[in-house]
Amino acid sequence: MRIVVAVKQVPDTAEVRIDEERGTLVREGVPSILNPFDEYALEEAMRWRDELGGTVTVMTMGPPQAEAVLREAVSMGADEAILLSDRAFAGADTWATSHTLAKAVEKMGDIDIVMTGKQAIDGDTAQTGPSIAASLDWPQITFVGFVRELNQESIVAERYVEGGCEVIRASLPVVITVLKDANTPRLPSLRGKMKSRKIEIPVWGREYLALPEHEVGLDGSPTRVVKITTPEIISNGEIHHGEPEKLAALLVDSLLGTEVH
Amino acid sequence: MASIEVRKETCVGCGECVPACPFGAITMDDSLAVISDECTLCGACESSCSYGAIIIRTGETVETGIDQYSGILVLAEQRDGTIDHSTLELLGEARRLAEADDSSVSVVLLTEEAGDWPAELISYGADTVYLAEDAQLKHFRTEPFSKITEKLINEKKPAVVLAAATTTGRDLMPRIAKNLNTGLTADCTELSIDPESGGLLQTRPAFGGNILATIVCSDTRPQMATVRPRVMKAMDRDENRDGVIEKIELSSNDLVSRTEVLEFNSLDEGSVDITEAEVIVSGGRGMKSPENFALLQELANLLDGTIGASRAAIDAGWVSYPHQVGQTGKTVQPKIYIACGISGAVQHRVGMQSADIILAVNKDETAPIFEFCDVGFVGDLFEIIPLVIKEIKKRRK
Repeated sequence: MRIVVAVKQVPDTAEVRIDEERGTLVREGVPSILNPFDEYALEEAMRWRDELGGTVTVMTMGPPQAEAVLREAVSMGADEAILLSDRAFAGADTWATSHTLAKAVEKMGDIDIVMTGKQAIDGDTAQTGPSIAASLDWPQITFVGFVRELNQESIVAERYVEGGCEVIRASLPVVITVLKDANTPRLPSLRGKMKSRKIEIPVWGREYLALPEHEVGLDGSPTRVVKITTPEIISNGEIHHGEPEKLAALLVDSLLGTEVH
Repeated sequence: MASIEVRKETCVGCGECVPACPFGAITMDDSLAVISDECTLCGACESSCSYGAIIIRTGETVETGIDQYSGILVLAEQRDGTIDHSTLELLGEARRLAEADDSSVSVVLLTEEAGDWPAELISYGADTVYLAEDAQLKHFRTEPFSKITEKLINEKKPAVVLAAATTTGRDLMPRIAKNLNTGLTADCTELSIDPESGGLLQTRPAFGGNILATIVCSDTRPQMATVRPRVMKAMDRDENRDGVIEKIELSSNDLVSRTEVLEFNSLDEGSVDITEAEVIVSGGRGMKSPENFALLQELANLLDGTIGASRAAIDAGWVSYPHQVGQTGKTVQPKIYIACGISGAVQHRVGMQSADIILAVNKDETAPIFEFCDVGFVGDLFEIIPLVIKEIKKRRK
């Protein structure tokens, strides 16, 4: 079983602050982390590798420093890592990103599954996984909360949707996107940490992937961000202080004033 | 100038692209795909080719081709023959957008049996309903739904395609957008038409809700967006609206799928889908322990509501993940949201700010939640909530 896990280095959005005066994001001093959802994809891949044998290759597209999340993944147990990095990849939207990632999967050859997190916490689009599947013309199972079965021919997975859970069987090769429900990611091991320091990570660029300029980065992106604003918070709430009895009575007043039944 | 090319050295003559072409523009000649003048450069063959042998090069002609696209197409979502409310919301929004250039609104419905729904979709704002009925369309499956919709888009050329940002829309739309080589914006909360360019301005939260980004897709069509449910408003039902129902002809190839739905399990009785709840009593770090959530459960039961939680409470293992409200959890829009011991970080706020009324109980009067709640109570929730429960019981007697 050869599994590729597509991961992303993201700013820890919990630490992002807004420059109130300029209305811009303050990225300085914000730590870069492995996208939390991708940890679940990585764990799922390693869980099945441990059971069925094979390899887990972790891959990311990003600037040279994105290598850090690949080393982190290796410390957790990934076997191999590949960095897709090229100035030409900059400014990619989900179309261009998935296009490049898919080309890398093709280049690796004989891959059975691509796994990735449900979404990345900076963009929150959840589009890259299904777009990779489209690029490769593979089937896809998104929002996977549990993988029931996996063998060389097929996968059976639970897809968590509004109001319930669909049980889906897909033939391999396949792309799946993984939810937090799927597992509990393991911590880095001592052996993994040692390996992560030594491992050589190949860097693949646009020419190596034989991608024309107009299919990557900003040139290859159909969408453009034209404006960034900070959401307005309208603060006109009433705030009550005082004894618990008084607060409880007021709370019940506001509750029953808007009672729905 | 845009062009299409079959790479002779890469094409293996498998013929996969022939049925993939919606326009019948590909024939096989001596184990090589040959593309005729019927080709519209839609890209369906490019994505169907497992060998990367078909390449479409875009150029200025694609941009001028933009003029051929008009109107708005909504992808209807159904389960067990019932249309999801989000579809009606999209139709309402599409109508508003269509007013800008007096264009038309259409909707595509793929289902096992449509019943009265096509007429109903017209009553809610559609001018045209494209309908395909087939037993194999009972459940949503990515491949048939994307193939049929891509074909329809290539034929009808809508300028805008909208779907709900549900697990269905977010599965289907990226696949279609990639295959059609066009842009897609996820989970929009605001749409408008740029009066200058006539293009669609798509606004969505990003960076954990810290910013709102406005995105355009200027050079390719259609402009595609998924739209957050329960943000847009459906129009009032109008039985007198006129509309057309047009059947989609299906070929057996349209229904081919490499995935199958083995079963559908509804949520267990007793467990509630928090996105559907009218009252949510939610707890955060201030709850201190899993046992204390019993207190919130009791209040929720009294109000016929359900339990929610912030990421802090989920990560601590006090409540299970399906209850998580916020950026990495669910977006909810209840009538009443009671936040107990939740500081109100932006990641939580984006998941619950569209509640009709937000009540907050927190010891810390500097907590951000007090900046955007409707009514705030500064105090110890472990004192206040038991008194609230008592008071409700008393008043109900």
